[in-house]
Amino acid sequence: MLAASTASRIDPKKRAVLDPRKQQFVKSQWVDQTYPNRMNFYTIPPTEDIALEDFEEWGIARLKVLAELEACQFRNRSPAETEEYMRPVLEKWLRLDSNKSRSPDMHLQRKKDHYSHWTLRLAFASTADLRQRFMRLETQLFKLRLQADSADERRDFIKSLPMSWEMLDADEKATWLSELRAATSVRKDDEENWFKVDWEKVPDLVERRQVLLKKGKAYVHVREQTTMVLNEFTRSLESGLELAARFLPRMDEDNRLAPILHHLSQSFVAPDASYNENNGVSDMTNIHAGSIDGLSSHFPLCMQNLHRELRKNSHLKHQSRLQYTLFLKGIGLNMQECIIFWRKAFKLITDEKFKSEYLYNVRHAYGDVGGDANKRGRGYSPFSCQKLLTEPLPSAGLNHGCPYRTYSPDNLIALLQNVGVGDRELLRAVREDVGRMRYHIACNRVFESTHKNEIKKVKDENLWNASELDTILHPNEYFKRSFLLKNLSLARSGDIGVDGPSQGSN
Amino acid sequence: MPHAVSSPSENMDPEDSVMSNAPAQALDAADNSQPDSSMPDAVAKPATANLEEMFDDDDDEDEFSSSAAIRSDQSSQPEPASQKAAYSDSNILSQFYQRLLPFRPLFQWLNHSATPQPDFQHREFAFTLSGDRYVRYQSFATADLLRKACVSLVPERFEIGPQYSINPRDRKTVLKAGSFRPIMKELVFDIDMTDYDPIRTCCSGAAICHKCWQFINMAIKVVDAALRDDFGFQHILWVYSGRRGAHAWVSDKRAREMDDAKRRSIAGYLVVVTGNEHGKRMGIRRPLHPHFERSLKLLNPHFQTDVLEDQDPWQTAEQTQKLLDLLPDPTLVAALQKKWDSAPNRTSTQKWADIDSVAEAGNLKSINPRQLVDVKQDIRIEYTYPRLDAEVSKKQNHLLKSPFVVHPGTGRVCVPIDVRKLEDFDPLSVPTVTQLLQQIDDWHTKNRDMSEEEKAKVADWQKTAMKPYVEYFRGYVANLLKEEGKGKRSRDADGGAESMEF
Ligand SMILES: [Zn+2]
Repeated sequence: MLAASTASRIDPKKRAVLDPRKQQFVKSQWVDQTYPNRMNFYTIPPTEDIALEDFEEWGIARLKVLAELEACQFRNRSPAETEEYMRPVLEKWLRLDSNKSRSPDMHLQRKKDHYSHWTLRLAFASTADLRQRFMRLETQLFKLRLQADSADERRDFIKSLPMSWEMLDADEKATWLSELRAATSVRKDDEENWFKVDWEKVPDLVERRQVLLKKGKAYVHVREQTTMVLNEFTRSLESGLELAARFLPRMDEDNRLAPILHHLSQSFVAPDASYNENNGVSDMTNIHAGSIDGLSSHFPLCMQNLHRELRKNSHLKHQSRLQYTLFLKGIGLNMQECIIFWRKAFKLITDEKFKSEYLYNVRHAYGDVGGDANKRGRGYSPFSCQKLLTEPLPSAGLNHGCPYRTYSPDNLIALLQNVGVGDRELLRAVREDVGRMRYHIACNRVFESTHKNEIKKVKDENLWNASELDTILHPNEYFKRSFLLKNLSLARSGDIGVDGPSQGSN
Repeated sequence: MPHAVSSPSENMDPEDSVMSNAPAQALDAADNSQPDSSMPDAVAKPATANLEEMFDDDDDEDEFSSSAAIRSDQSSQPEPASQKAAYSDSNILSQFYQRLLPFRPLFQWLNHSATPQPDFQHREFAFTLSGDRYVRYQSFATADLLRKACVSLVPERFEIGPQYSINPRDRKTVLKAGSFRPIMKELVFDIDMTDYDPIRTCCSGAAICHKCWQFINMAIKVVDAALRDDFGFQHILWVYSGRRGAHAWVSDKRAREMDDAKRRSIAGYLVVVTGNEHGKRMGIRRPLHPHFERSLKLLNPHFQTDVLEDQDPWQTAEQTQKLLDLLPDPTLVAALQKKWDSAPNRTSTQKWADIDSVAEAGNLKSINPRQLVDVKQDIRIEYTYPRLDAEVSKKQNHLLKSPFVVHPGTGRVCVPIDVRKLEDFDPLSVPTVTQLLQQIDDWHTKNRDMSEEEKAKVADWQKTAMKPYVEYFRGYVANLLKEEGKGKRSRDADGGAESMEF
């Protein structure tokens, strides 16, 4: 058993158990997964033990892919644009090599694809809304990959599916030939092969009169096989998800999986991005208390808003201060400078009051004080979009959180106009996004619009690869990308910095 | 709100009482989450008396959709008003429900078994009461309870809806969204003469005659053939709608259980967008789909006699222009125009033939003769192919008037049509409710010497012109139940299909 070699090093208590026999998940269906095809119909659940870390990490990778796919949809990207956009995303997170490639990673890639699908299936089975979304996105992903398959590998895969393709034999074909041709619009050079299914399996072909119907059977041309495979995929996933939903309550007993699944499904509500240490730009420019005003033009709306409030009132309430401090830490402002920043900003209070009431919080955020754990972890991580989008709404008069979510549409538009975003078409789209609660999409839309010339440039000149332009899910990522795009020429000449060349970088 | 609901009967949930002519806004408000393409129809429909109640219902029911014959009622009725009043006279109707309407087979038809089961018991019935009150979500445990409700409430008509997941009377007791939902209903079709007004010349509006009834016959033939040959359905009941149209009810289990997506696809398969008087092409591809090949085979003879000869649709200059608009070749059009201007009395049959002869005489320039054949085929389809009200067929929860109720405008009973003898069906000689009651009296006069015991053996409907229609219906229902019994036994033998498999 493969499990022995891959999982034996891991403490047995830390193994995620996806074993269907133990979970009474299905009837006994113990099959060694050999993954003969690149594509998978995911009808058989994983049967090997895997490490808890893999369980979570693979799930997150797949989630990343699905979130990007959904973003394409929200942005109305055409199928061709989606394909182009998704290619590097898939490459990076869920690469699947073809049989022809003879890649040594093939088995592991397919296993990861298989297991991550099942992990998310469990994570998203809980509500009808999540099931719907998961089903839609998985079907789209499946379609994307099926289309990318080579013709012969696709044929082999389709042949392997447990679907009832009853091909028409020669006699039947001869009897109905002219009707078959007319019904399915077969042209002179087309392949003359049809198969038979219950008409309910191909309702859209029936609606368009693209099949021959006889006594409830639809005679379908082979070219429609792909569509049918997709329909069948959706259908089988749908029933699988419903079954998983009924099974889910029993899974609560496994307390090692529950938090992971919960986290994953949370991430689906608002995709998560963990804080990346490299999102600062201190290696490129010297960031100090005095440079924040200049840099704030690169801030996402949530942080720009706090910055403006701070300048207006010379004060910020606790939640806002925490959110903003961590963000500043993330862009590379060191603790000393951060303290100076806040001290100067709170110009209406005395040094004494600052020391007694505010200093500790800043130091705590940097991990300078607090328990061992806080110090070891160098304080808190800057908040991600997910964190900002899922925390309780601020009460009246407070400004922390994501303004796309917390502001009324009218106030949001006014705020955007105040920070210089005036394009009417853009504002209309933002209004629509927030109306549909697609807050991070609205934010990304604003980013792309306000950086469109630079994005075009890095694309046209192949300066950045596509995955460096994927959907932004973290305020610090927003900042860094904005900073880099607006400083392209400086970055190339090595002469970078807001107020002079950096000493820190090479 | 303009009206108040008058004394709700004890059999009814007073909250369910609704009225027509309520402001359309109220309906809009409740419907705005789900825009309904059949809205123009729905707006004219009764709306709930109590706005709050509608919002209350908003998440557990789909928008109101019904085929209530509002459309039929708005056009003027050729019969005198006093007579109309007589048909909905509650005494007459009450007698009809008591003595003539065949509740037992009607129950079996909807129940698919002789003993009551949820197929019937969880069915929605909607009553139209006098004073334009409209009551939805009624349900009945037995045929007799339905009959009793009809006798005491005397609805002008009632409609049949789907079987719901729970008894529709209990729909407010369930709190979970989605647990009250339609789960089964016959696939239905609605053909109405109004849709033929652009092409019929004999009558208009509410009126029909034997000539234009042929359009309904054509539609029944084509739809019936497609349902049987293409979809394999066998239990199709055609019903006269009481004035100028027909309904179809498909009771095959496979049809009843279809979701809305499948209903839409059947409607899409059958419906051709017609009424393109502005010279727009219908976009029927060539070679013709076999469904059109078969349909044309059925329709061609009708085109010659019922359309060209009886309707003579291209008599006047204006009508002739409609025909010319459908021809794409300007040279041909000009030549025909010249010919017909100089001979204005040519009949439609002659004009139809002229197209070929003028084309052959060298007037075809922008299309070839093969394409002209296609164009003429398109015109034949336009003038003969069924014009279905597709919206009726697309939704599982659509309400449709029950067979055997009395049309309040004509007094005629909505009798079944035996498609095997389609040409024999005469809508104008379908009995009215007053005639039927008279026939019972006549029978008793004629058989006054018969013993009471003998008389009791004869059911009232057997004494009247209802007899052949009820007998046909009983036979039809018996067949359905036989098939249903077979299905049930083989399903039980399978041990149920509840296996848990991925
Ligand atoms: Zn007529």
